[in-house]
Amino acid sequence: MPTYNTSQFKRGLKVQLEGEPYSMIEMEFNKPGKGQAVYKTKLKNLLNGRILDRTYKNGESLEAADVEERTLQYLYQDGTYFHFMNPDSFEQYEVSAESLGDLGKFLVEEATCDVIFWNGSPISVTPPAHVELKVTYTEPGAKGNSTGNVQKPATVHTGAELMVPIFINVDDVIRVDTRTGEYIERVSKS
Amino acid sequence: MPVSVARLRRRAEMLARAREFFAARGVLEVDTPLLGEGVVVEAHIDPIRCAVRGLEGDRFLLTSPEGPMKRLLAAGSGPIYQFAHAFRDGEIGRCHRPEFTMLEWYRPGFEHHALMDEVEAFVCAVVPDVNAGFDRVAYRDLFVEHAGVDPFATSLPELRSACDRLGVAMPAGFDDGTIDDALDLLLVGHVETRLGVETPVFVHDYPASQAALAQLHEDEAGRRVAQRFELYIRGVELANGYHELIDAQEQRARFEQANRERRAIGGPELPLDEALLAALESGMPACAGVALGFDRLLMVASGAEDIRDVW
Repeated sequence: MPTYNTSQFKRGLKVQLEGEPYSMIEMEFNKPGKGQAVYKTKLKNLLNGRILDRTYKNGESLEAADVEERTLQYLYQDGTYFHFMNPDSFEQYEVSAESLGDLGKFLVEEATCDVIFWNGSPISVTPPAHVELKVTYTEPGAKGNSTGNVQKPATVHTGAELMVPIFINVDDVIRVDTRTGEYIERVSKS
Repeated sequence: MPVSVARLRRRAEMLARAREFFAARGVLEVDTPLLGEGVVVEAHIDPIRCAVRGLEGDRFLLTSPEGPMKRLLAAGSGPIYQFAHAFRDGEIGRCHRPEFTMLEWYRPGFEHHALMDEVEAFVCAVVPDVNAGFDRVAYRDLFVEHAGVDPFATSLPELRSACDRLGVAMPAGFDDGTIDDALDLLLVGHVETRLGVETPVFVHDYPASQAALAQLHEDEAGRRVAQRFELYIRGVELANGYHELIDAQEQRARFEQANRERRAIGGPELPLDEALLAALESGMPACAGVALGFDRLLMVASGAEDIRDVW
């Protein structure tokens, strides 16, 4: 496996530590005028999101991780797996529903997702920041109470549950931020 | 990066104010070669090596104009200053560029505290919102206050626990490094960010092992200290000055020691600046000198967060 030495360190570098893949999310070169240079880094574990603070001396090196980012289109899910396709090569990939967790509830068909592969297997999926979802269930809102920030629970067609303003009805299409799982705005009325 | 005319003007104005400052004090502007056959050897500073067609042997883009300027001093130039581009291989970061602008000046007859007075007057003259009344603190007091260790009587295990306590991440080879490496780590990881935040501060009386090209001296408690100072403003290391070493033999010994340290950390040894050593041999007047990072001074003046934002 190739290695990166400190002079190749930069943000976004994918490295392997104790058998797990990390992305270098911060890198700071630090050197007192006459003293030894150190590279202060923050490394994010690509499997569990944990962040490590690591400091390296000039000339140290880290193992490169075989990590690749691809832009794929979400096709469908079969309960166990979510299926994606490379729109250029039509090659298909599957990601287990379990590893996607709640994110699976924000995937809409044909959404373009950034998928990270480690040693050839997908390990993380980033859906578009904003998606449009159809409301399948919510209690009717009381008339005349459309101002303020009174909210109520709603369920959307992908199965996600979130809080929406009181004026949202079943079959409305709403825009949701996939990073926070929060309602942004109504796109169209039923 | 797009050219910013406002940035060009700010730089030009500051250069003009600096030149006025030195003209009023009778310090002569000089312009010395940037390409050298030998260098001022330092353990942790790498010059950029280059080959020149028609010249035998490698040349080096100098890491500071120190050698050539000291040759002028030895030749009787009197007080001199220079704006020089300086080159340091591998130094790339928020406050580092491999090519940067250094303002260096020498004052025959000054010792380092007198030069600190002048550096303070200079910074106040060229940066309008910096006021006089800089602090001065001994290197030892700084570490006692901010890190709870006495740098003149410490050990790697004690420095390791200080790093742990202060949340300073340590590299893998920490225990194989030197006391100075560990002190540097505490300095950049913890102490430095607290320096000069409100009031600019001169740190002085460095451990003898960090003397570089400064004269050594015994402080009132009998510790061997280097007559060296550094200026920090708003957490940025801005200038490094010495009561200059003028003993040719001692200078050669320090260059050779620096080469041994370079070899120990796997770096290439470097040819000594023999012309500088010959100048010291012929007699250089006692003097104090300082190198100030001019780009960093512009960062301080403009509030820029990155050195690339002042070019």
